[in-house]
Amino acid sequence: MSAMSSTTTTTTISTVGLPSRRNTELALLAFAVLIPCFAYANVGLALNGEMPSGMLGYGIGLGLLAGVGHIVVRKFAKYADPLLLPLATLLNGLGLVLIWRLDQSERLANLAKNQGFKFVASAPNQLLFSAIGIGLFCAVVVFLKDHRILQRYTYISMALALILLIAPMFFPAKFGARIWITIPGLGSIQPGEFAKIILAVFFAGYLMVKRDALALASRRFMGIYLPRGRDLGPILAVWAFSILILVFETDLGTSLLFFGMFVVMLYVATERTSWIAFGLLMSAAGAVGVASFEHHVQARVDAWLDPFGGWGKSAASEQISQALMAFGSGGVFGSGWGQGYSDLIGFAANSDFILGTVGEELGLAGTMGILMIYAVIVERGVRTSLAARDPFGKLLACGLSAAFGIQVFVVAGGVMGLIPLTGMTMPFMAAGGSSVIANWALVAILIKISDTARRPAPAPAPTTDAEMTQVVRP
Amino acid sequence: MNKPVRRIAIFCGLLTLALLLRSNWLQFVQADSLKTNKHNHRVAIARYSHPRGDIIVDGKAVTGSLEVNGIDYKYRRSYTNGEMWAPVTGYSSQVFDGSQLEKLYDKILTGDDDKLFFNRTVDMFTGKAQKGGDIITTLNSKAQEAAFKGLGDKRGAVAALDPRTGKILALASTPSYDPSKIAGGGKSEEANWTTLEKDKNQPMLNRALRATYPPGSTFKVVTAAAALENGLYTDPDQRTQTPAKYVLPDSVTPLQNEGNIQCENVSMREALRISCNTVFGKISADLGNAKMKKQAEKFGFNNEVLTPVRAEKSVYPKDNRPQNAMDGIGQASNRATPLQMAMVVSAIANNGKLMEPYMVDKVRAPNLNIIETHQPKQMGQPLSAANAQKIQSMMETVVKEGTGKNGQIDTPGVTVGGKTGTAQHGVDNSGNPYAWFISYAKTDNGSPVAVAVVIEGDNETARDDIAGGALAAPIAKNVMEAVLSTSK
Repeated sequence: MSAMSSTTTTTTISTVGLPSRRNTELALLAFAVLIPCFAYANVGLALNGEMPSGMLGYGIGLGLLAGVGHIVVRKFAKYADPLLLPLATLLNGLGLVLIWRLDQSERLANLAKNQGFKFVASAPNQLLFSAIGIGLFCAVVVFLKDHRILQRYTYISMALALILLIAPMFFPAKFGARIWITIPGLGSIQPGEFAKIILAVFFAGYLMVKRDALALASRRFMGIYLPRGRDLGPILAVWAFSILILVFETDLGTSLLFFGMFVVMLYVATERTSWIAFGLLMSAAGAVGVASFEHHVQARVDAWLDPFGGWGKSAASEQISQALMAFGSGGVFGSGWGQGYSDLIGFAANSDFILGTVGEELGLAGTMGILMIYAVIVERGVRTSLAARDPFGKLLACGLSAAFGIQVFVVAGGVMGLIPLTGMTMPFMAAGGSSVIANWALVAILIKISDTARRPAPAPAPTTDAEMTQVVRP
Repeated sequence: MNKPVRRIAIFCGLLTLALLLRSNWLQFVQADSLKTNKHNHRVAIARYSHPRGDIIVDGKAVTGSLEVNGIDYKYRRSYTNGEMWAPVTGYSSQVFDGSQLEKLYDKILTGDDDKLFFNRTVDMFTGKAQKGGDIITTLNSKAQEAAFKGLGDKRGAVAALDPRTGKILALASTPSYDPSKIAGGGKSEEANWTTLEKDKNQPMLNRALRATYPPGSTFKVVTAAAALENGLYTDPDQRTQTPAKYVLPDSVTPLQNEGNIQCENVSMREALRISCNTVFGKISADLGNAKMKKQAEKFGFNNEVLTPVRAEKSVYPKDNRPQNAMDGIGQASNRATPLQMAMVVSAIANNGKLMEPYMVDKVRAPNLNIIETHQPKQMGQPLSAANAQKIQSMMETVVKEGTGKNGQIDTPGVTVGGKTGTAQHGVDNSGNPYAWFISYAKTDNGSPVAVAVVIEGDNETARDDIAGGALAAPIAKNVMEAVLSTSK
């Protein structure tokens, strides 16, 4: 830096940019690795009275992943936001501990046995998925030289997203929702998680081109700007698509997420509040319409309205009641790591319902802490969007952060009984490969955009023969 | 484009705020009600995570805790001689909650009660597992055994009291159930539970406290007490004004006597000895509903009794004149629990003083310190000592030379008074009759035992008044003898 500045002291645009903050990131990462390690030790001591045997391997594993991530960022995205990586690592690490803790539950093992399938510990898989996720993160940071390259793939993204979203319809439904692509022998992936990112790319590219048409050509009616009929096309198409997902894949969460993300990006691109109104109206109409005839969705709504009323009658009600009782039993300070009974939630305790374990074992304090971590990730994403210098980057960063935020709200709100439950995973924490991998990719893109946003302008090549110019200030 | 982005940031902030508010609502405002929600399994898990305190009779525990180390529960409740003691202990089940003493004293038994706070704290610092306190009952195991064995496979109940204190000495109900069969949470326990629930013999009904029966002729002692207390007659041997054929007031229906007995103008003593319906029906009619009801209420009718296990309210209702006359012989709408009739006898045997019945004598902390002792309490004085003694002498005549001969005890120094009863019920008395016997035994130190026995008859049970003496009196006798032999 100092060598560089000595040669560029006289250039017109200062290239002395913001501090890179890489050391801040490193220090935070140390905490992000240490905190889950302590949590892990805590669970082991609470459950078996001794330090867990996998302690060293786990600590080194997480540390290594974080280290690799950090080195890659330091090298290829020097000016990236310093909070995103540590926060994601912390959530990922805590999620691993929670999953491991639930793996130790005899109750869940017994439940699996009674239902006739083998109980498999999820933590080793989750560690593997986390490694793949960090791998993808590094790959994106290294190979995506500039996020604006993504703009070229606007329509390819659309096609890809469509394929990913439609594909699960041809695969058997699991647990009442058709959101998996099952490859025999290999396992299954949840394409919706990846489609979230790819769709954001498509929306950003599409809206950047069309924003003027959508924003300016409108009629004024009763004080609000109504979009022209033909401009309504895309929003109607996305809406119809969301409804299709809802109907054919019975996946309320994904359709809500996509539609929400689209409306947010449309609003940012056009700065027209009328789109928000339209979006809300249409999503409400769609949700009510589908809920009136889809049994699966109806059951979820009933379970939300009166969780304890359906006890013994509906599995959905029982599960949400169990989650509520887990939160309540945790109280303000929680029962402590490994000392709760959130495994009573049963099915999906370590995926969709993982926040229940947080609620019971870490209490209100822990739940609020975790929610705040998510909120800070979203906040960093939005800040990146604000700082981004190109409209595509702005749109993409804002869309991805909003999607992340909506997803957290939909899952956490569902588990806590604030809104009807939808089958979605808590980013980074919940067991499930697709979710972890996709969210690491999402963070990688945000890191890339923030790097570009905060990077000082490149220094012009110093030419020896050119006269140095001075800015003459009036 | 920054303005809408900032608004989106605010929107995301609002979403977060909603989640934070919700988690505060769940984990702070509603935390306690969710913690103790009836569906919350954690309550039962905590209850069985350490050995439960015991329910103790005569120095011996009739309950226990079995270490099972299950997935959910570490311990399970066990019962010694569960069927016999079920009407006292109730049950404590991992999945079906609990009942009676097990439920009422749950906090003591688990050790969570505030009174055991000091013990808990000491245990916490010395690293010992939490222990529950014990409930020491007033029951007499010999008397209970006599009652339970006596009832055998018949449907019925026995309640025995110590008239001097109100201690419950025996509380049997048959058919009974074994609480250890529903203590666990497995498939077989669930099947057992369903079987018990569906059983038309209602094995889980505590007949001694919770079933009300028409008291039949045993109610005549209450009517006699009312006659003496209200001065209708002052002497047991005074002739009553009873016509040979007595027609119920406001009615044309004659009131019949059982069999071929001579009841015209007989004394109350004689009427009680041979169980004249006409005499006591007329007394009830002469006194009127208000006075009869008042006397019955003094004995405890129309009120729930907490022993502390709740006993069903026995009833003496407001009735019209013919009904009230029938109430006087226990054959109309008045109904009584076995405990209530035992209370009636105990008040008479205790010279008019009615002691409040109770079954928990002491509550003991895990370190054997007594933390609660029940003091006997007088509930009331249904009749004067003089009148009580008059009724005693009448009841003794019943046992000596009347319908209650089966209740006689030969031990020198012991006098027994009693009254038989056979209650008809159902439409046109079509139901099987209930055989009753109520009695007390008396020594020089007052009366140590009063007992009420009821047996739900079957098709072969005789419908006359002899049934009570034949079926119920021998059981009462055995219970009294058991108490007499242990109180020496």
